[in-house]
Amino acid sequence: MRAASTAPPSSRPVRRHALPVRLWHWFNLWCLVVLLMSGLQIFNAHPALYWGSVSNFDDPWLEMYAIRASDGAIEGVTALGPWQFETTGVLGYSSINGQQTVRGFPAWATLPSHQFLSMGRLWHFFFGWLFAVSGALFVLHAVISGHLRRDLWPAGREWRGLGRDMLNHLKFRFHDHAGKYNSLQKLSYAGVIFAALPLMIVTGLCMSPTVNAAAPWLLDLFGGRQSARSLHFIIAGSLVLFVIVHVLLVLLTHPLRQLRGMITGRAPERHGSRRTDGHPEVPHE
Amino acid sequence: MSDRDDRRLSRRMLLQRAALGAAAVTLGGCDRLSQSETMTRLLESGQALNMKTQRLLAGSDALAPEYPASMISPVFRPNGSTNPQTGLYQRHLASDFADWRLDIDGLVAQPLSLSLTELRSMPARTQITRHDCVEGWSVIGQWSGPVLEDVLQRAGVRPEARYVVFHCMDQLNGRDFYYESLDMVAARHPQTILAHSLNGETVPVANGAPLRLRVERQLGYKMAKYLRGITLVEHLDDIQGGRGGYWEDRGYTWYAGV
Repeated sequence: MRAASTAPPSSRPVRRHALPVRLWHWFNLWCLVVLLMSGLQIFNAHPALYWGSVSNFDDPWLEMYAIRASDGAIEGVTALGPWQFETTGVLGYSSINGQQTVRGFPAWATLPSHQFLSMGRLWHFFFGWLFAVSGALFVLHAVISGHLRRDLWPAGREWRGLGRDMLNHLKFRFHDHAGKYNSLQKLSYAGVIFAALPLMIVTGLCMSPTVNAAAPWLLDLFGGRQSARSLHFIIAGSLVLFVIVHVLLVLLTHPLRQLRGMITGRAPERHGSRRTDGHPEVPHE
Repeated sequence: MSDRDDRRLSRRMLLQRAALGAAAVTLGGCDRLSQSETMTRLLESGQALNMKTQRLLAGSDALAPEYPASMISPVFRPNGSTNPQTGLYQRHLASDFADWRLDIDGLVAQPLSLSLTELRSMPARTQITRHDCVEGWSVIGQWSGPVLEDVLQRAGVRPEARYVVFHCMDQLNGRDFYYESLDMVAARHPQTILAHSLNGETVPVANGAPLRLRVERQLGYKMAKYLRGITLVEHLDDIQGGRGGYWEDRGYTWYAGV
């Protein structure tokens, strides 16, 4: 057996993610998937969105429905403001167990797959609690351990480097320092953790009539219950986009090493990732 | 590759497979889990937590927001029964509810039988509130009627009473009469009224004529329409499905503050 000192540097593992971060990451993924799919089930009970306190049924800004086309066929339609799109098979009209049905989102996107509002609500609120409690524990850990200050919050000079970072990303040049996030990464992670996810909880609570009685100012903050419902939907959509980009970027930058890092907490150090001053890179945890 | 690396690799693969397996089981099994009684009970525990937390936050008296008259919705969208076909209801409708009575019985000192005229002559609370359907939509309307607590006081609620059950004249499925129930906190809330007027007119048939319940801190399905009686009880077990309401017997949560 070879001594550790003679092992090539490329196989020496670098600590990438602390255990609480890894646990939260995967647990949170599970929560968000259940919340998204049960949320779409709830949305399907009335697949239309409005601004303000009430539903102006004649004037939703987003609506999914079905029409009978001139040739007699039923078509799914998604109306966004003044525009109408034919979305048969996916939005407005899609098949479940071989049966064509009028429904907002299709069966594969909702939990349960068939229309079952009361069960969707049970899943949504149960996982809402799991999501909120685990998220609060994660933020507590990030603050106490220094993960927030060290790895997530962009420092002053990083704000100034943001433009260059964006340009590099647009050129598909990802300067992936092992164990360090670049400023664009920091900004998106911090934005998701400290803006989007908390906003999901608050806009969700804002749809509860009892919470409205306890904190009427929250309603005013978001411009009414139907606005809160719209924002809840839009932010959920932006989280889906974030996950898509996040997974794409992992696939573009050493996916196995990254996946290993988020599962085991360690990843082999790469060739050429050493600092030019000859010092080994400082593991960030 | 050393033994250690081998071990680490297999651990990694094990973890990856476990994560993928968990995801597959979760998503593929959710439909089946939704059919399971045990899983349903587990998920419902989240609702118990909702009620306790919300009661803690809102207390028993925090008022639901009230709105200016300018925000009243042009149409107060009805849902559920909108034109009850039961013989009972059709008879009362034909005589313009002249013989209709609201019976208050169960765990009360003095059972009552109130006519519409008597209810209309009681001091009324008028409130412009938002109605939130469990489906997700909202409308605003102006409701007037006696505060439920005043009616309950006239009957004299016995101390062992824990729930107020509302019996209705409509049958959504053609078989079971609609019913609902509140605990004493919701029943005694200052905005919980027996509404006989909507937007200054008598309540239309579609919205629950002649009398409907308003429970402003909960969702629409709690607000029983076409009322015929109120019973005070200690527990809900032996009323219809035993879960405290028509929709509750069909899977919806009894607490509808969320």
